[in-house]
Amino acid sequence: MSDYNAIIVGGGLAGCSAAIVLARAGLDVLVIERGDECGQKNMTGGRLYGHSLEKIIPNFAEEAPIERTVTREKISIMSEGSCLDIGFGSTKLSATPETASYTVLRAKFDKWLAEKAEEAGAEIIPGIRVDRLIVEDGKVVGIDAAGDEITADVVILADGVNSLLARDIGMKKELEPHQVAVGAKEVLKYSEEIINERFGLKAGEGMAWLTMGDPTLGGFGGGLIYTNKDTLSVGVVATLSDIGHGNISVPDMLERFKNHPSIAPYLEGGKLVEYSGHLVPEEGIHMTPELTRDGVLVTGDAAGFCINLGFTVRGMDFAIESGRLAAEAVIRAHSIGDYSKAGLGYYELALKNSFVMRDMDTYKGFPTILTMREVFEDVPAMVDDIATKLFTVDGQAGQGIIMYIVNTLAQKTSARELVDLITKVLEAF
Amino acid sequence: MKKMSVEDKLGTNVFHTDEVNSHIDVDKAYPDKEEIMKVVLACPAACYTYENDTLSFSHLGCLECGTCRVLSHGKVVKDWNYPDGTRGVFYRQG
Ligand SMILES: Cc1cc2nc3c(=O)[nH]c(=O)nc-3n(C[C@H](O)[C@H](O)[C@H](O)COP(=O)(O)OP(=O)(O)OC[C@H]3O[C@@H](n4cnc5c(N)ncnc54)[C@H](O)[C@@H]3O)c2cc1C
Ligand code: SF4
Repeated sequence: MSDYNAIIVGGGLAGCSAAIVLARAGLDVLVIERGDECGQKNMTGGRLYGHSLEKIIPNFAEEAPIERTVTREKISIMSEGSCLDIGFGSTKLSATPETASYTVLRAKFDKWLAEKAEEAGAEIIPGIRVDRLIVEDGKVVGIDAAGDEITADVVILADGVNSLLARDIGMKKELEPHQVAVGAKEVLKYSEEIINERFGLKAGEGMAWLTMGDPTLGGFGGGLIYTNKDTLSVGVVATLSDIGHGNISVPDMLERFKNHPSIAPYLEGGKLVEYSGHLVPEEGIHMTPELTRDGVLVTGDAAGFCINLGFTVRGMDFAIESGRLAAEAVIRAHSIGDYSKAGLGYYELALKNSFVMRDMDTYKGFPTILTMREVFEDVPAMVDDIATKLFTVDGQAGQGIIMYIVNTLAQKTSARELVDLITKVLEAF
Repeated sequence: MKKMSVEDKLGTNVFHTDEVNSHIDVDKAYPDKEEIMKVVLACPAACYTYENDTLSFSHLGCLECGTCRVLSHGKVVKDWNYPDGTRGVFYRQG
């Protein structure tokens, strides 16, 4: 007899989501979290797409500690001194719970989700780091934490992007620098009114603002600003394989971003309340590890379920959905008493049929595009040139916009380079 | 906004640091400067510093992101683990 039906390692979004679904089905569930509380080790940019949590807790936003409901989107292409903004505000954004997205702060949000798991009947032990999985005859049968062994019919790994545990048993290779980006983020405090005024928001409404270009000095990555209730999340993300390009440190990238003339006015007067760092999986479907083995499943960031499209980052809705589907698979395995890889087979099938694999497949070309230096170096410079010419009135004879674009392209690249870039983009898909 | 040092930024965080034991084992005598500069530039907490051809490392202030491990495992970073349970950074915002 095992001590538990299921042990979940990691009390983040994937882990707590799995715990709720399993506990509701009446299984004995233990969540082990290394932080003193769930959420205490976790950081994100800022925006949770609500659809996947809606399936577990309908209308969760009514009670969850969300910061604001996103009704405004902004994307900027930045070069030194310039910034081309594309803004979108619509009553259609976040119109229904299924399409809504919310800014969140994970220390508060995960803590709440963990409480929901406990209410459902899951047991949570915080403050314990799982050191090792116990494997017998190729089957995972439990965990070892500081010498204490606890057994379970199945272990769900929800231990985040580094997933040392999946790596140690060989389900996942050690991460490579091109597969992940480092994020550095500040949470800056203001009054609610100042944030509303500066960003043109009504109470409760929020903005998601992502930028590419300048702060990484042409390196792969970008900047982010999310409006919380009375704070802003302000950060940069930089792909590790490109660190050193431009010879700028990650903390300096963040300062450069904050001091950019198009960003600085929005941040004026903020008081720093926290500084955080975290990795983001970036290689999408190409970095998917072995998802199941006898007695074990891998979920969320641990499985690399995350996409970075430049204009949006998604990992949280994937973590929640994969946690739920892993739990559904365990419930099926429990009913037939077979926790082998075959018995857990529903997980991979359900993932394939879900938005997790579908969206990662749709955007499978993105990691390739994001490794093209042109996208981060040449495009922002070209856009800057075109926009500057377009918006400058200096008494000189004007050109049509098409001629501005043609001239700028001609100055910046050769015809061959342009064809190369377009071909690469098309090939990526 | 006035520029803050990384140290001052980290000063706004809550840490339950294990003052004695480091959860990261660094080869301070690693010979390849290019390799060293990667972790120096990438660490968001500026735990690595390189001055006068000498690499210094302090685990105090580490944000437990894993960046240095991914960049340089088996090279500058000999061994990397999370701190013991309850130790390390304690985000109140996240
Ligand atoms: C800068 C940045 C910006 C982002 N922006 C967005 C965004 O806007 N929208 C979005 O959807 N996604 C975003 N993401 C991605 C998103 O944050 C992740 O995909 C998501 O947090 C993954 O959730 P998870 O539950 O899989 O992992 P985590 O949230 O990392 O949870 C893992 C948990 O496991 C615990 N743990 C790890 N190892 C052990 C162990 N050995 N023993 C016990 N416990 C352990 C950790 O303490 C943690 O609680 C961003 C990420 C970053 C870094
Ligand atoms: S884990 Fe992250 S914060 Fe800690 S030393 Fe390595 S790079 Fe720096």
